[in-house]
Amino acid sequence: MTMLHIMILIPFVFAIFVPLLYKYFNKRLHSGWFVILIPIIIFVYLLQLIPKISSGATIYETIPWIPSFGINLDMYVDGLSLIFGLLITGIGALVILYSIYYLSKEKEALHNFYVYLLLFMGAMLGLVFSDNILVLYVFWELTSISSFLLIAYWYEREKSRYGAQKSMLITIFGGLAMLSGFIMLSMITDTYSIREMFAMSETIIAHDLFLPAMILILLGAFTKSAQFPFSIWLPDAMEAPTPISAYLHSATMVKAGIYLVARLTPIFGGTAEWFWIISIVGLITLLYGSFNAVKQIDLKGLLAYSTISQLGMIMSLLGIGSAALYFGYGNEAAVYAAAITAAIFHMINHSTFKGALFMVVGIVDHETGTRDIRRLGGLMTVMPITFTVALIGSFAMAGLPPFNGFLSKEMFFASVVKVTEMDVFNMETLGVLFPIIAWVASVFTFIYSMILVFKTFRGKYKPDRLEKKAHEAPIGMLISPIILASLVIVIFFFPNVIADLLLVPAVSAILPSLIEEGVLNIHISAWHGFSAELYMTIGVVVVGTIMYLLLKKWTKVYRLYPQNLTINALYNNSLETSQRIAASMTNKYMTGYTRDYLAYIFTFFVLLIGGTLIITNSITIDLTNDAPVNIFELAIMFSMLVAAFTILLAKSRLTAIISLGVLGYLVSLFFVIFRAPDLALTQLVVETVTTALFLLCFFHLPKFKEQTQKHKKGVPFKPLNLIISIAVGAVVTVFAFSANGTQIFEPIASYYEDSYELAGAKNIVNAILVDFRGIDTMLEIFVLCITALSVYTLIKLRFSRREK
Amino acid sequence: METLMSILIGVLFTIGTYLILTKSLIRIILGTSIISHGVHLLILTMGGLKSGGPPLLGIDTTTFTDALPQALILTAIVINFATTALFLVLSYRAYQELGTDNTAEMRGDENE
Repeated sequence: MTMLHIMILIPFVFAIFVPLLYKYFNKRLHSGWFVILIPIIIFVYLLQLIPKISSGATIYETIPWIPSFGINLDMYVDGLSLIFGLLITGIGALVILYSIYYLSKEKEALHNFYVYLLLFMGAMLGLVFSDNILVLYVFWELTSISSFLLIAYWYEREKSRYGAQKSMLITIFGGLAMLSGFIMLSMITDTYSIREMFAMSETIIAHDLFLPAMILILLGAFTKSAQFPFSIWLPDAMEAPTPISAYLHSATMVKAGIYLVARLTPIFGGTAEWFWIISIVGLITLLYGSFNAVKQIDLKGLLAYSTISQLGMIMSLLGIGSAALYFGYGNEAAVYAAAITAAIFHMINHSTFKGALFMVVGIVDHETGTRDIRRLGGLMTVMPITFTVALIGSFAMAGLPPFNGFLSKEMFFASVVKVTEMDVFNMETLGVLFPIIAWVASVFTFIYSMILVFKTFRGKYKPDRLEKKAHEAPIGMLISPIILASLVIVIFFFPNVIADLLLVPAVSAILPSLIEEGVLNIHISAWHGFSAELYMTIGVVVVGTIMYLLLKKWTKVYRLYPQNLTINALYNNSLETSQRIAASMTNKYMTGYTRDYLAYIFTFFVLLIGGTLIITNSITIDLTNDAPVNIFELAIMFSMLVAAFTILLAKSRLTAIISLGVLGYLVSLFFVIFRAPDLALTQLVVETVTTALFLLCFFHLPKFKEQTQKHKKGVPFKPLNLIISIAVGAVVTVFAFSANGTQIFEPIASYYEDSYELAGAKNIVNAILVDFRGIDTMLEIFVLCITALSVYTLIKLRFSRREK
Repeated sequence: METLMSILIGVLFTIGTYLILTKSLIRIILGTSIISHGVHLLILTMGGLKSGGPPLLGIDTTTFTDALPQALILTAIVINFATTALFLVLSYRAYQELGTDNTAEMRGDENE
């Protein structure tokens, strides 16, 4: 157990104690004050790792879990996972602080909330630090589950349940696809360790399973990171409490897909497929998200689409940057490595400004009772601090100086411009689209950022349309957004501190070969002359401002797209259809008649046993070892057949019962012939008692002919049942043949032949029953006792209904 | 002998299965009894028939029939007896309460 493992384990362990703390302290102290210690402890632990990691070292610790399968808790810290770890715990601490003021300790089920939150935190830390892909997968699904629980936190609301189900279905689908991709990867490389796979990158790319494995893994990453067309779950996930939206659905969990893509870039990067799929999906998501964000009337909906859009942007940067691995090293590679730097840098920036914005929206919601843009307005004077934070966050999101979003946005523009000059992967055909899509999407980003801040805080104050009288939030609630907003500005002025401490190690983890060659030189500056990216930013601001001012004139375009053709409609329809089909299928075969179910069971018996016999090719008919038959035995057999058919065809119960008795006695005769005296004796006794019992009930049970007037002539004829019955009989016969014709193991009977020495008994069968398998027999007697009691109770039982 | 027994067992299973698939409770019970006879004979046949003397030490023989299937069957006979008895009483009581032994009629429709 190392420090690193303990840090990942703490959230899980502490989660167990949260309900207890809640029970005993809730009246005096908000449970969040206990929980906040956990992320702070881990954050501090990770902070002190920074000097070590930034000097190029890594940490690797392992604990065996299932060593025989090569599945161990291999934890690995490098620059990339460290950034995620810091984000998870840092934002986590701020979010918990915020939640202490956001969620009332009187009204909310806080113990559930914090248990889920800690579960998520632990899972997310485990995810980013795991080197073993199967362990990573386990943590990956655990984040999906905790996200599901948190979205459905207000489970009494229908929309929450809908959103939770949607996110669950989509992310788990992706997770399972990813698992199969991982299994393919491990089949190719014969290892579960990601770092060992790096070394085998060329083997993987040359393998037949390369493309399926890559696509399946990307499905996992795209569903988790809400990439188009899987993005539809994220807006519905906004039903979660706002601290959760800020934490899971903007700052951390949705970035797990980004993490995975970045983590696996050394394996898949440098191939045209990886480059194209990720860049194109990312760019489409970027445009789709920003375009749809503009039409939202719910502030959280707007932020959700904006998150989708920003995730798309980071994703496309990772795609573009993967080209660096194609070029190996040299100046050309360094150009694309800058895209990776931009991706990681923007991811950090996005967590800061989007976290702040979510918290601001939460405050607005909390203090006014609504998030509807049409009802809000003029809050600037009422909530000046909230307004300032919102302004900083929005301008950073729009990519304006002096905020950190400007830096990473410029780097993004630089990358999409540079990529058009690339002459591999058929870039000359579609490459020109990259900067165009990026620029258009940025214009929409600018517009929705302006909507967010100006429609809410400027304009006319409409107190009559708000549910509460608006006022500034309590200071505790403002601390977290203020910290994040300060970071937004600090990062703008001192970007190279972050670059040296965090970005360089992270990029070197994604592009290991470049660092060795020393070509990677990350230096971020706000001013780099009148370059293409600066003109693009100016263009965004000018066109964005014009379009924002003319918003009413052109928002009609959103109504042009038919509602029933959206991906959401597709999701809803397919869900409904599958439910309907499932229900009608179930109704078809679940008839409620036991005999139908028995027919299924028999059919499956035939298919299973018969099928196994055929598939394993074990049908043998070997007549050579048969014991001789004499005329007496033939006579018994014939009599048994007659008795059995009599039972089947009997018109009266008495005939049937007596024939059954005959059959039983004939069986006991066979036991005699087959050298089984004990069986014969038992069978005789049991058969006598059973027949007597049948005859006792004889008086009370209805006659056969009474049951159905139509079938007075004995058993009704049903062709299907006959076919099933004959099939069962045939399978059993073939099975018996094969059993006689095959001998796989030596019989163990000779062991029991020493029964006199072992158990002091001369009757071997008796020795087996009462000695070798004595407990078994005792339990059998126990069963008999239960049956006797049941029989007695059944006879004595009188239903209350009858007594009335 | 084994061949003939296998066929006989198959026939017993066929008849038993067909009876179980009918609607009458008493036929279902008869069917289960026939199938259990079939099972007993099947286990015995699979162990090999007449391959030695009865599994009793002290009698004048050196080879014994396999005793293990016999022990299994003995257990099966007793358990089968118990279930048959329970079944019978159950159907007797069901008939008393409901006035039918037809499983299709027993099924009420109020809770459908």
